[in-house]
Amino acid sequence: MNVVERYVHRRFERVSRTAEQRVGMAAGIRWALRYVFPDHWSFLLGEIALYSFMVLVGTGIFLTLYYIPSDSEVIYHGSYPLLQGAQMSEAYRSVLNLSLSVPAGLLFRQVHHWAADVFIASIVLHLVRVFFTGAYRKPRDLNYFVGLTMLMLAILEGFAGYSLVDDLLSGMGLAIAYSVALSIPFIGGQLATLIWGGPFPGNSTFWPRLEIVHVLLIPAALAVLITIHLVMIMRQHHSQFPGPGRRERNVVGTPMWPAYALRSVGLMLAVAGVLFLLGGLVQINPIWQWGPYHPYLSENGAQPDWYIGWLIGALRLMPNWELVIAGRTVIPNPFWGGAAFPLFVFGVLFAWPAVERRITRDARRHDLLDRPRDRPVRTAIGAAFLSWVVIVFAVGSTDRIFYRLGVAYTTQIHVWRVGIWVLPILIFFITRSACRSLQRSGSHPLRAWQGSVVRRRPDGRLEVLTDSPDTVVPPATEPPLGTAPGRE
Amino acid sequence: MSADDEKPISRLAKLLGGFVAARAAMRAARSRGTPPPPAPESEVDPRKRVVPSNRRAEGVVAVLLVIAAAFACAFTVIYIVLSGNTQLLGVAMGGSLLLLAAACIVAGKFVVPQETHVEDRGVLLDEEQTEEVVEMIEAGGEGISRRAILIGAGGAAGAALLTAAATPLASLGPTLASLHQTPWARGVRLVDDQGRPYLAGEIQIGSFYTALPEGKDPESFGAGLLVVRLPAEFVHLPAARRTWAPSGILAYSKICPHAGCAISLYRYPTYGPTSQEPAFTCPCHYSTFLPGEGGRLIFGPAGRALPQLPLMIDSSGYLRAAAGFHEDIGPSWWGVHRAQS
Repeated sequence: MNVVERYVHRRFERVSRTAEQRVGMAAGIRWALRYVFPDHWSFLLGEIALYSFMVLVGTGIFLTLYYIPSDSEVIYHGSYPLLQGAQMSEAYRSVLNLSLSVPAGLLFRQVHHWAADVFIASIVLHLVRVFFTGAYRKPRDLNYFVGLTMLMLAILEGFAGYSLVDDLLSGMGLAIAYSVALSIPFIGGQLATLIWGGPFPGNSTFWPRLEIVHVLLIPAALAVLITIHLVMIMRQHHSQFPGPGRRERNVVGTPMWPAYALRSVGLMLAVAGVLFLLGGLVQINPIWQWGPYHPYLSENGAQPDWYIGWLIGALRLMPNWELVIAGRTVIPNPFWGGAAFPLFVFGVLFAWPAVERRITRDARRHDLLDRPRDRPVRTAIGAAFLSWVVIVFAVGSTDRIFYRLGVAYTTQIHVWRVGIWVLPILIFFITRSACRSLQRSGSHPLRAWQGSVVRRRPDGRLEVLTDSPDTVVPPATEPPLGTAPGRE
Repeated sequence: MSADDEKPISRLAKLLGGFVAARAAMRAARSRGTPPPPAPESEVDPRKRVVPSNRRAEGVVAVLLVIAAAFACAFTVIYIVLSGNTQLLGVAMGGSLLLLAAACIVAGKFVVPQETHVEDRGVLLDEEQTEEVVEMIEAGGEGISRRAILIGAGGAAGAALLTAAATPLASLGPTLASLHQTPWARGVRLVDDQGRPYLAGEIQIGSFYTALPEGKDPESFGAGLLVVRLPAEFVHLPAARRTWAPSGILAYSKICPHAGCAISLYRYPTYGPTSQEPAFTCPCHYSTFLPGEGGRLIFGPAGRALPQLPLMIDSSGYLRAAAGFHEDIGPSWWGVHRAQS
């Protein structure tokens, strides 16, 4: 050690002692430093969501300092020539000024918008990973529910965020959200006028309400749920894939300090770095091009942010059924696509762990993950359900497909009204048989070729030189922890 | 490590690396006292610890850190000099963060000790302790004889308080009567978005016009109208609406009765033999309505026809509403007034 190192070392020890004398956390810190993270790329999806959330909070604070939640009508006299003299809300003007006049304002707004898209995308991919590996089984079912709740909140949060801008596109989105609120049987009228402070587009109190929901209520709820999510994970430890030395009772991987911490901080910085590159170089939601919202205006070919796409698709695909009994509109049409559909999807996801427990009669604790192929029926059901939702999502872009490929909009809708029921069934059977065949062959679907390198010998016989390095030996099955069903 | 005549940068990197290694070594030495329990019934022991002594990787990390610093400085300079060029700022900040990320990942993989560790999960459900906790909590109610009454009364108090706390929510919203109102009534003149009144003579066949009520709030949901003129061959209104379209000019609410978007697509046949009849289409979910047939829906998810507004032409040739809407405009809800059909 040289002088500087010795000095730093002494300082560090003194600071540690000072802290210890007051809070005494060495045992806890020691536990945390040795905490083991199993290594698998798919475990990083949740981390990407966490780090996107951090970027969202950071950039969001900057945006909050400029945003004015007001629907007062003003005349624009800012720096953007094409909107000179246009009548618009103060909210929209404040975001225009933030984007076009505040240095780095547009950068932060675009990073924020990109981060929201990445945030929800990584949550969805994380959910897909958790489903197909069976990570939602006991003891992680509770945490799975927390995650699903966060996904719902994240979608709401994203929608509230881009609605705040009050440009033409977001105003149309709010009109649809209003119709969905209005469409809830019996209470829709009261609920929608309650939220909007009157009939659409609502009174002036709506904007502060929407802002406080977006910048305080939902983010605070998300922060609390993220904390619960992580604390629960740390208590149970991460799940892991089967492998050499990996058991139900242990967890094998890289300890937090130092290698994993460095790699995870690296991932955090990489997420932030990619988001800043996107925010700087790839334009997103150029609100000055959409113009201000007025209820009597709309834009053709409008598309929402990707995570609302499934709802647009459901609204478009739904036939024009509206249940009317004795002059009362019991179920207005937007209810089917805008409320019933997402509630059903989340309902199925929430119910799944209990359903699976009922079917498999397996209530034991599971800390080893399944490879998707080893549970062909679950994987097939998951793939079919996922494809059902993805088709609805894809229907949200039927107008763009018409525009690009010329397939008539009406034809597409008629085809998908049948396809939505046929395709998932096909996918169920294809996936199930693919899983079974992979199980038999023991090969990996994504890794290189499978097979052997052979050479013909002078006597005509074939000689095996090497086996494929990717031939995976099926893991030895091991009973999970706990013996009596229903107990731990 | 010894101080030699290297560049200060790599010395800094060494310092950091050495510091990290020293702490890790200390931790390792301390934890040697209590070795982790061996993985039960494991045929393989995956535990291993490799201490790399990789001077090249340390150099790479140092270089990455220095370039990251340069990018971060560039951000500040760009902010000041170019008053915030979005693209350059993004490249500077994003580049700096990505270089830092690369430095961290290289350090995490090649500079610091690489370790695979096995940790015991332990049990979550400890039967004895759980029972003890249940007993401790139940012991708090020892000696209470009127348990049911207390629980009932407590529940009532809680429920009443929650209801009381939720009641003020109602003050957020007004009454539902406003959902039935629009600014249109007999005699209200149709104007464009600049406030200029429409003359019946300016409404051309094949175009569509957005009209607003003169002197009323253009932002209210019911304000916007679609106005078109159709030749007689396309006008097939129900008998009760014969007088609603003077000179073939028809007006409909611009708000789609499906989900509240403004209808902004109008198709008009340009070549009779192959084209379809004139129709309005909502750009949100593509509900398609026939203006010639009282707003009847021919495609899409809307559950009602498009509400029509009766028109008249005053003595000066201006378009006016002949009456208010005969049904509710906008999306459906429980109490919506539907057209009699």
